[in-house]
Amino acid sequence: MAPEIETMPIWVDFAGGLQTLFSNKPNHMISLPIFNPSDFSPANVGFLISHLVKNHLKHPQTEFFVQEDGHLTPGILVLINDVDWELEGEEEYELKPGDNVIFVSTMHGG
Amino acid sequence: MAPSLCAICKTERAYIKRPKNHAKLCKECFIRVFEDEIHHTITSSKLFYPGEKVAIGASGGKDSTVLASVLKTLNERHGYGLDLVLLSIDEGITGYRDDSLKTVMNNAVQYGMPLKIVGYKELYDWTMDEVVQTIGKKGNCTYCGVFRRQALDRGAKMLGIKHVVTGHNADDVAETVMMNLLRADLSRLSRSTSIVTGDDRSEVKRSKPLKYSYEKEIVLYAFHKKLEYFSTECIYSPEAFRGSARSLIKQLEKVRPSAILDIVRSGEDMARLVPGESPSSCACKGQKAAAAAPVDDDIGGCGSTNGRTPGGEMAAMDKQLRDNEEYAELEVDVAKAISKSKQGGEETKKELPIRSGSGPSKGGRQVLGQCKRCGYMSSQEICQACTLLEGLNKNRPQIQI
Ligand SMILES: [Zn+2]
Ligand SMILES: [Zn+2]
Repeated sequence: MAPEIETMPIWVDFAGGLQTLFSNKPNHMISLPIFNPSDFSPANVGFLISHLVKNHLKHPQTEFFVQEDGHLTPGILVLINDVDWELEGEEEYELKPGDNVIFVSTMHGG
Repeated sequence: MAPSLCAICKTERAYIKRPKNHAKLCKECFIRVFEDEIHHTITSSKLFYPGEKVAIGASGGKDSTVLASVLKTLNERHGYGLDLVLLSIDEGITGYRDDSLKTVMNNAVQYGMPLKIVGYKELYDWTMDEVVQTIGKKGNCTYCGVFRRQALDRGAKMLGIKHVVTGHNADDVAETVMMNLLRADLSRLSRSTSIVTGDDRSEVKRSKPLKYSYEKEIVLYAFHKKLEYFSTECIYSPEAFRGSARSLIKQLEKVRPSAILDIVRSGEDMARLVPGESPSSCACKGQKAAAAAPVDDDIGGCGSTNGRTPGGEMAAMDKQLRDNEEYAELEVDVAKAISKSKQGGEETKKELPIRSGSGPSKGGRQVLGQCKRCGYMSSQEICQACTLLEGLNKNRPQIQI
């Protein structure tokens, strides 16, 4: 039996069409490990993105969400507790329990 | 990281980093500045006159939703005296347009604006569902784009309105500039960069008040103002999302956010070099305001009422160009068939190739006549819509009466 991994709740929302990649559900409560198991660094938004891709992205066309290098596809806005992630260090932002992260595609429709 | 304070009020926490100048703003100051800049665009290019009836091309998507909200706000704040109406197109796409029309209906109630919906079915006797059943999914965006362009004008005419505003944003314009540069289509480059198309001679003019607004800020404006919009891709153009020039624009923005407005401005500068074309530009830059470009009978494209350029990956650009060629050929064939069918003595003079922009021009402007079938403004004898309809009607399933 695998050892229990300590997790924290993160509220993740998808909008602007991205919800179609995540089981057509706009709001998700994610139990995110508090450490990135690959290097034991505290979980940041970059880790959250790779966690989402690995465990929650239910769509063959992953390029709508991430590029081949694992970074977010340009044209997707990220808001951390309503703040533009560009003001929060983008992928480096260290998540706290209860944080709300919103991914919004700007590329859909007019 | 300590939260930054807003660069304008210096008291509230910053929530937004503006792509054009990296300014960090709080929600309220951002909303105000976003609206003020659109007000500036409107006044400096003298877009409206007091008492003007204006139709907002409304798809239920983010751009037209934000446009409607901002125009309502500015109309009240600055006393434009505009009579605003929402105008929507029902392409007849089950599960797509019927859902987005619900959003438009909600907007109409919220903003207290009358709503007019015109359907492809009533205008052309074809829904897009029927078109796709007949011709398949390939190339259906061409039909949809051609039909949409006329549908907005016809809807406006039904309402007695001579001015339609659309939600085209800076990213859309930058994308079109790139596409037209790659295609070396200078005449269309010029038209795509002007804020107004169509002038006093045309029945309905078009303008894009959000021409200098970043898509990112439009989405953030909708988010912070809690505007409801619809964001599902058209089921008949799943590839539109991957629009090649579009992803290029977004990559550039990531590296240098000012790139989008730089491309828009470069497009305007290049357009000024095209003989006879005079795109409008912000009047504070010293240009003549609101110089209208000729009406664009561009095939609109798909994915939104905005008619953005149909997608395809960068590598597929080639293919797309070939498809366009095929489409032009198809048109030629139909045109031939028509001119043969009514051939009496000498063959009617044909103005081919049909691709717009290469038509005959006086002083760089297209000569606009009227379509012999439907009377719609057209640089050809038979307009694009009627040409496409002729082909469709020949292939209409026999079950029909
Ligand atoms: Zn402020
Ligand atoms: Zn016609």
